[in-house]
Order: sequence, then structure tokens, then C-alpha cells
Amino acid sequence: MISFQGVGKRYEGGNEALSDVSFQVERGEMAFLAGPSGAGKSTLLKLVALIERPSRGQVIVNGQNLAGISRRQLPFYRRQIGVVFQDHKLLNDRSVFDNVALPLVIAGADSADTAKRVRASLDLVGLLHKEKALPVTLSTGEQQRVGIARAVVYRPSILIADEPTGNLDPDLSLEVMQLFKRLNQVGTTVLIASHDRGLVEQFAPRVFNLKAGHMAEAGEAHGISD
Amino acid sequence: MASPTDNRGAATEKHGGLKAWLRDHLRVAVTSLGRLYRHAGTSFMTACVIGIALSLPAALQVLVGNARTVSGSWEGAARISVYLKANVSDADAKALADTVRKMDGVADVQYISADQALAEFKKLSGFSDAVSVLDKNPLPGVLVVRPTDADPDTAAALQHQLAGNPQVDQVRLDLQWLKRLTAILDIVRRVVDILASLLGLAVIFVVGNTIRLEIGGRRTEIEVSKLLGATDSFIRRPFLYHGAWYGLGGGIIACILVAVAVTLVAAPVGRLADLYGSAYVLQGLGFLGVVGLIAGGALLGWAGSWLAVARHLRAIEPT
Repeated sequence: MISFQGVGKRYEGGNEALSDVSFQVERGEMAFLAGPSGAGKSTLLKLVALIERPSRGQVIVNGQNLAGISRRQLPFYRRQIGVVFQDHKLLNDRSVFDNVALPLVIAGADSADTAKRVRASLDLVGLLHKEKALPVTLSTGEQQRVGIARAVVYRPSILIADEPTGNLDPDLSLEVMQLFKRLNQVGTTVLIASHDRGLVEQFAPRVFNLKAGHMAEAGEAHGISD
Repeated sequence: MASPTDNRGAATEKHGGLKAWLRDHLRVAVTSLGRLYRHAGTSFMTACVIGIALSLPAALQVLVGNARTVSGSWEGAARISVYLKANVSDADAKALADTVRKMDGVADVQYISADQALAEFKKLSGFSDAVSVLDKNPLPGVLVVRPTDADPDTAAALQHQLAGNPQVDQVRLDLQWLKRLTAILDIVRRVVDILASLLGLAVIFVVGNTIRLEIGGRRTEIEVSKLLGATDSFIRRPFLYHGAWYGLGGGIIACILVAVAVTLVAAPVGRLADLYGSAYVLQGLGFLGVVGLIAGGALLGWAGSWLAVARHLRAIEPT
């Protein structure tokens, strides 16, 4: 589903964020990207979401070689992928409902269908009663859940999340992870970047360990060493 | 509860089509209007700037239009005065009048004999006492020729033809000044066109700058939308509508300003027309003028936001 082949990413100024990274996430898998801050986890996810393009190597997502996706095709590619951000990236001038509806509005869904799907998505994250609230009035955990509801409302086949529990206390982190687990159980391929080792070990069937831009090891969660 | 993932491959389903396109346009038109309403004060001031810029060329256009109408009505009243030589007798003059009457391009000929001319002069000039002192009538007989065609060129050709007659002393075409007026009006119209172009450009830049600020203020929204798969045209659309609404508002304000100006000027113009014995009523923008001004304003606003959007939207990419 997500395949990296010898991928390198060098930013302008010579900072090498990723070097020779190869790994594969299978369809329907839930995988973790572990490693300390600055290891290149965010960069890797940006390559999947085509926010950045690799300097070397190939990224293949859902059978498409991302190098072949032009600027014009980019929006349609991105609609296949749900992205959850550490800082939520919610729009504070509109309600929770409107935030979650945005991917559907962008895709041009009709309003009845939109309302149905938004409510289903908000119900999934347990925030149906907050649909009229503005994001700023919600707690950090709730905002993160709204971000997740928005990421899955268009029913993406792939969900990627960059430090989704970064700002959450352990209880809320657990809750969010359980949410990802449930999404994975209904067939979504999930790739989560996290530096929270304890959490990763609890949930991960598979962990990719990034260190200083290199894929250090891939394996079961229990095998991770410091 | 419907699972959000029970419909695999939903991401590729087609939501496109004309209906979706129209729906999105309607949605954007309404929401961008709502956004303008929420900042009513600022929006109104921007629209006013546009309105004032548009009202100036529009008012001048109205002025030129009125001048053309007036001068057009004068052209219809074109007369050629044919002054006969002093030795032409009354009978010869009448015969000549008949000949001229049969010429091409002549609608009517009126003969005013030297005596009639003198009597008229005495009556109208107030110099009757002074004229009585003269022992001889100094005035010539005159044929007043009304051409069928009011066009200055045909009238001039007729004038030339009449001047060739040996019994004719002088031919005066009271059209020279009209030609000059038309020429002056042409210059004024050209100046108005240039002014309108410049002010139109100003409107484009005013809207462009306003939209540039708007784009800056909605940076996050643009980034997030791009991340969620928004196409360029989707992101562009609200800004284009924003600009078009500004232009439309400006056009309406310009119409109101011109209407007020016309109303203010109408009374003195009426008095002036009275002095000329005319019932001329000052013309306003008219229906087509109003529609043109508002549509033109909207178009300029749209063009202005295109300018801003083309320059700034591409630069905003999610990081």
C-alpha cells in the first residue's frame, strides 16, 4: 500500500532528512514509525502526502508512483489519503461540523450526503454533540479527535498521522490510539509517526524505526532497543 | 452508525459534474457575501473607493451623451443662408428660389427679400431709428435653404454648389461651429475613454490589493484546503467572488453617485434650456448604463482578484 524504495530527502541547505529509506506497509496494516524527534518521521509522512517530493528513490502509494503525479493531479491524489496533524490544523473561524465537512465540500459532495457523513464521522470520535462548537472552545484532546474525524470523513484508504498524541495526556493518547485501531479494523491502512515508545508497544503490530534519517530496523514492537 | 471506512475506494467516487460545479459556485457566492457582511464597515469603504473611481468616468460619459444629444438636435436645424447680389431683382430672386428648390438635397427654400429683411431687422434689432436715417436699404435678398440631410459634409457640398451661381454673392453655412463642437466632443470622448481606462485600472489594483490582504489573512485555510485535496480553482473561487462582489457594490455606489449628480445638475440645466426656449431634460445613465456600470464594476473586481490570486495563491503551499 505504501512502499519506499531507496528514498532520500535532502532539503535546501544540505540537511539530509532521509537517506536510503526502504520499507513497505501492506494494505490493511497498522504500522508505526518510531524514533526520536528529528529522525525524519515527519519528512517521511510528508513524502506520502506529497507535501514534499523525494530527492532520490521512489515512493509508491496505492499502486501509484508519486513521481508521476503532476501538480494538477495532486489534489485528487491527496483525497485518497487522510492526514492527522499534531497541531490539528483546524480552522478556528468555523464550527466543528464545517471543519469536518471541508474534505467533502472540496470534493463537491451534495449537502445531504455531507451532513450524513460528517455526523457519522463525528459519532465515531464521540463528538457528535459538539458539532456546532468552535474548535477553540474544545480541549486539546477533543480538537485532535475533530482532526481525526476530518481525516476519515472522505473514507480514505490510507490514514497517516504525525504525532497524533503529541499534545495529549496518557489517557487521551490511549483513547486516540484505540480510535486508530478501530479504523484499522474496518480496513483502513494506518501509518502513525510517534516518539511515544510505551504507546507504540501497546498497539503496534509493526514498527519501523527511524534514526537520523535511516531506517534502523523494522520489526515487532518488542524488538525495539534504545 | 455507518462506518467511515465501509465504502472502500470512496475517495475516487465522482462528485463532479455540472450540478456539483453550480452548487459550489452558489455556495461560494453566498459565503463570500456573508464574509463581506461580517466586515461590513471595511467592505463598504472598499466598495466606496471603487464606486467613486467608477462614478467619475460614468458621470463624464453622461455629460458627453447629453452634449451629443443636444448638438444632434441642432444639426437637424441646419440652415444655409444664400446672400444674393444687390442687382438681383425680386423676380429673378424668386426664379432662382424655384431653381434651388428643385436641386438635389434641398428640402425647402424660403426667399426673404431685401425689404422684408430690413423690416425684420428694424423690428428685432431695436435700431429702427438709426435704420430710418439710411437713404438706401443696405441689406441683400436672402434665400434660406434647408438641406434634407443634416450631415455637415452634404450640407457643405450644397453650399459649394450654390456659391457657383453668378447671382449669388455669398453663401453662409451656419454649420462650421457645429462641426467644431462635434470635433471638440470627439476629443472629450477620447479623454473620457482614457480616464475610464485609467480609473478602471485603479479599480483593478484596489481590488487586487484588498484580495492580496484577504489571501494573507486566510493563509491557514488555503494550506489546509490544499492538504485536503482542494484544486486551484476551488481555492481561487471564493477570492474571485470576493472581488466580484466588491466591484458589483462599487458599481451600485457609482450608479447612485451619478444619479445624485444628475439630479443636482438637472435644475440649473432646465433653467438654461428655458433660456434657449427648449424643453430639454438632462438624461441620466439609463437602464443600459446602469446595467453596464454594475456589470463592468463586477468584471473589474473579478479581474482585480484574478491578478492577486494568480500572483499569491501558488506561493502558499502546505509545509
